[in-house]
Amino acid sequence: MIDPRSLFAITCKSFQELNTIAEIPKEEYIKKCTSACAGCSSSLNLRYVTKAAGPDTVLVVPACCTSVIQGIYPNTAMNISVYNIAFGAAAACASGMSNAFRQAGKKTNVIVYAGDGGTLDIGIQAMSGAFERGTDFLYICYDNEAYGNTGMQRSGGTPLGARTTTTPTGKTDAKKDIDAIIAAHNPPYMATACSAYPQDVFKKVQKALTFRGPTFIHILAPCPPGWRYPTEKTIEMGKLAVKSGIWVLYEREYGKLTVGAPSKAAMKKPIPLEDYLAPQGRFKGIDAKTVEILKQQIQKNFARLAAEEAAS
Amino acid sequence: MTSAAKRDRLAISRPTEGAAGQTGSWRVFKPVVDKEKCNECGLCAMYCPDNAIDEDLAVDLRFCKGCGICANECPKKAIAMVREEK
Repeated sequence: MIDPRSLFAITCKSFQELNTIAEIPKEEYIKKCTSACAGCSSSLNLRYVTKAAGPDTVLVVPACCTSVIQGIYPNTAMNISVYNIAFGAAAACASGMSNAFRQAGKKTNVIVYAGDGGTLDIGIQAMSGAFERGTDFLYICYDNEAYGNTGMQRSGGTPLGARTTTTPTGKTDAKKDIDAIIAAHNPPYMATACSAYPQDVFKKVQKALTFRGPTFIHILAPCPPGWRYPTEKTIEMGKLAVKSGIWVLYEREYGKLTVGAPSKAAMKKPIPLEDYLAPQGRFKGIDAKTVEILKQQIQKNFARLAAEEAAS
Repeated sequence: MTSAAKRDRLAISRPTEGAAGQTGSWRVFKPVVDKEKCNECGLCAMYCPDNAIDEDLAVDLRFCKGCGICANECPKKAIAMVREEK
């Protein structure tokens, strides 16, 4: 078998070095302030993503919340280069941009910052193409589990049983497992994160940018108006998602899986799933059968990841 | 035409504070910090989505949207959300 390390060489920074520089810089690259909703976790993510990436970065943003919250022309809150592009084209655009930078001998980071609609549904073919070509870029999907920007229509990321404006009685299909689809492309690095753990988001973005080749980070981003919970509970909701096990934090480096510490604790002793579902208006009136299916999915997911971690 | 002049003619947005207006006007409840209880852990500044809390843990009320994350996450319960007066 070919050692995947020979295909994608780590460009710089040993990970011991990474741990010592994990101190989060004070510079902010998002000026006060965007027009994101109060309590928006995507804004919080964006703060830490840009802190980790630094000023020599281009964000490629397809249609999503981030493309509408930047401010009004000729002003923008983004103190970093941003390229706004059509919904399905983000990864294709980033491919060309990354190639042009590398041809010119520049190490500029190219980061796609897309929502779940732009990743799981509309952007998937461009993304799959870019991963197959081995484009040197980072694809970040911030997942609020619906099309939040247009008023919460269901997306491929909406979990089973969640009410949206297009599934008023609760979604009847399960959430699409985009991480398995990405894993099938064998990227050198992929990870899941949650906005309730900003240091973890920071570290994972920083680590992903040290790899040459396509890397992927899937961030769960609780959304107060969409999930219908009070704005102050954004961080709490993210932590409940991890503690109940419906969201698992892990990273996969050259195929080697490592489950994050909060999720390891959740695997040993998860909190009841009802604690996560009850505060959210989108799960109001969910029936016991659907909750049971969700619980079974969590257990299956735990077993699958634990087995993979033990084997790798 | 010089390249700088060409760049000026491009339809690009430039970074400005308050690009989306003074978002503090959205607020219904404002955070009030009890300095006696505060132990300056900085979690409120870390979790603020809009970076409205600076290094000295002072809240920028021009931009604070009043989401209340800081009050909810404060381990010392030193932040209270108080209704804005008209």
